[in-house]
Amino acid sequence: MAESNSDRFPVVIDGLVKSYRKNAPPAVNLGERVEIGRGELFGIIGPDGAGKTTLFRMLATLVTPDSGTAFIEGTDIRSGYRKIRTLLGYMPGRFSLYPDLSVRENLDFFASVFGKDIDENYSLIGGIYDRLKPFEKRKAGKLSGGMKQKLALCCSLIHSPSVLLLDEPTTGVDPSSRRELWENLAGLKESGMTIIVSTAYMDEADRCDRVAMMKSGRFLTIDSPEDIISKFGKRLLAVRSDEMFRLLRDLRSMDTVSRCYTFGDSHHIVLKQGAGVTAGSIARELTERFSHTGVEVREAEATLEDCYMNLEEK
Amino acid sequence: MREFFAFVRKEFLHIFRDKRTLLVLIGLPTALIVLFGFAISTEIRNVNVGLLSADDDVYVTRLMEKIDRSEYFTYVGAFRSEAGLDEAMRRGQVDAALIFGKDFMSSLYSPEGADVAVVVDAVNPNNASMEVMYLSGMISDYFKDDIVSMASYRQQMPATGRLTPNLRMLYNPQLKSSYNFVPGIMGLILMLICALMTSVSIVREKETGSMEVLLVSPVRPINIVIAKMIPYFVVACVVLVNILLLTIFVLKVPVAGSFFWMILVSVIYIILSLGIGMLVSTLVRTQIIATLICGMIFLVPVMMFSGMLYPIESMPEPLQWFAQIIPAKWFIEAIRKIMIEGTPVRYVTKEILILTAMAVVVFTAAVAKFNDKLD
Repeated sequence: MAESNSDRFPVVIDGLVKSYRKNAPPAVNLGERVEIGRGELFGIIGPDGAGKTTLFRMLATLVTPDSGTAFIEGTDIRSGYRKIRTLLGYMPGRFSLYPDLSVRENLDFFASVFGKDIDENYSLIGGIYDRLKPFEKRKAGKLSGGMKQKLALCCSLIHSPSVLLLDEPTTGVDPSSRRELWENLAGLKESGMTIIVSTAYMDEADRCDRVAMMKSGRFLTIDSPEDIISKFGKRLLAVRSDEMFRLLRDLRSMDTVSRCYTFGDSHHIVLKQGAGVTAGSIARELTERFSHTGVEVREAEATLEDCYMNLEEK
Repeated sequence: MREFFAFVRKEFLHIFRDKRTLLVLIGLPTALIVLFGFAISTEIRNVNVGLLSADDDVYVTRLMEKIDRSEYFTYVGAFRSEAGLDEAMRRGQVDAALIFGKDFMSSLYSPEGADVAVVVDAVNPNNASMEVMYLSGMISDYFKDDIVSMASYRQQMPATGRLTPNLRMLYNPQLKSSYNFVPGIMGLILMLICALMTSVSIVREKETGSMEVLLVSPVRPINIVIAKMIPYFVVACVVLVNILLLTIFVLKVPVAGSFFWMILVSVIYIILSLGIGMLVSTLVRTQIIATLICGMIFLVPVMMFSGMLYPIESMPEPLQWFAQIIPAKWFIEAIRKIMIEGTPVRYVTKEILILTAMAVVVFTAAVAKFNDKLD
């Protein structure tokens, strides 16, 4: 690693592989080299079991990779993990703090673990912690899910890390708290912090600078959300009828449809390349051949989720 | 160092916040000491004694008065017939009875001697054999001392002296069971607090995921574990003092030997138990497994193989070898020697050395096993 390069890219992932059992496919199997720039908000999206947590643990130096490596601020995660541990902020997915300690005691503890005072870096967490201030004396176990996540974020920020790893920070948090969390992350990013965040919610990924879509331990694609969507390049229709469940089966039996999946309150269908059908002809076929009632078919804009669903086929 | 004290402070907070566990930690030894000291005892007490005598002999009456005065027996009355005695024993009014033959006193001075039958309700064989032992002891005492003194006064002393066994119960002349149980309870409780509580509290951090965050911090992981031990060391010391105070002032078991060495041996044992807790915590991932391992692999053998309940010497040989690796066995032996027998410390050197060696081995293994990563 050249010094100048590590200044620009605080996190470099270089072909990390990790498998937990000999005969099972590896939990993480990244062939490529990924460079994450300073002040970048890098999202990793993928379903449960995609290997997100294992990847985070490797980056956090908790799990040693089988092969490949990664560099945090130019330090190899294999050899320099002691040094890396002073630079990292890490918030594991199921991190629950200490439920029997108060909000303030939790924060105090994590600050002193890193040899810091709360006041030293208060500016960093101030925006988040001000919301928790009225509950300072409350036990962390008695906080709501959103509050807990805020406190956990404060605890992983209190030592002013240069790289922040957040493993599914929004799982089990209500929508308004989720939005707040993403706003907080945007603020931290402005201060030059490099943030890697994983989530299973596709709608959140729009807020990232770049998104890596992960499945079965691999990155399927890495790009900005806009580019991922613009590269979708297939025709997408949203279909509804009075019998949604039968509709799904019927749509899947149609020749012109390459993929069909539920999306919100309708089904999204991806048309096969060169299939000469329109929304109208699909609607007609559903009404006449499958005798559906209340059929409604319209062209749809692709979202990240559509991109993700269609990436899986590769 | 500041990081370290933050950890210690946090652990103390955990312990003090969890009032119920703390109460159990302090209350359990107290309850056990009181239970074993008073309620569960292998001593016999309040045994009802009946009498079946053909004629009212003053010496027999005196004997019964003597028996009644003892703290073990209560004289409930004389029966006229064997049937009456039998009936009373069946009803549970009488646990033991003495049966004197006709003309007991006069036949006492005959060459054949006199017979007295000691009859006990042997439903509980342990109690029965103790009752027989106590009763026959009292009878022979009575005839040896009281009658003989009266007889010599009357110049009617029998010509030949009899061989009388002279039994002495050393170190525990009253055969108090607390002398046996106190070191055992100390061995049990200290192991419970140190090994179980330490391992569970370390494993809890693994289970809740906070260990991941702690590991990804500049604190040396071994300090995390040492910091966990300090509060439990303090709690164990408090419990130790509690047990000793109860033992000395409530159970009235005197500390015969050196107080200093007794405390020192206990501290070595506490440290050893903390090491065991730490070793267990490095091997398991869940609290329930940690609890089971400490409970099954450490507490049960402490009960069985430490000589607390069953003497090790009477076990089959392989089990005797096994007993040698039980730390509590050596601790209990050392405490018995110092506390009850008052042995000078040079005769306890072996136990102390073995406990120290065990502590060193366990700690070395735990530190070697301790992983500052997750896999």
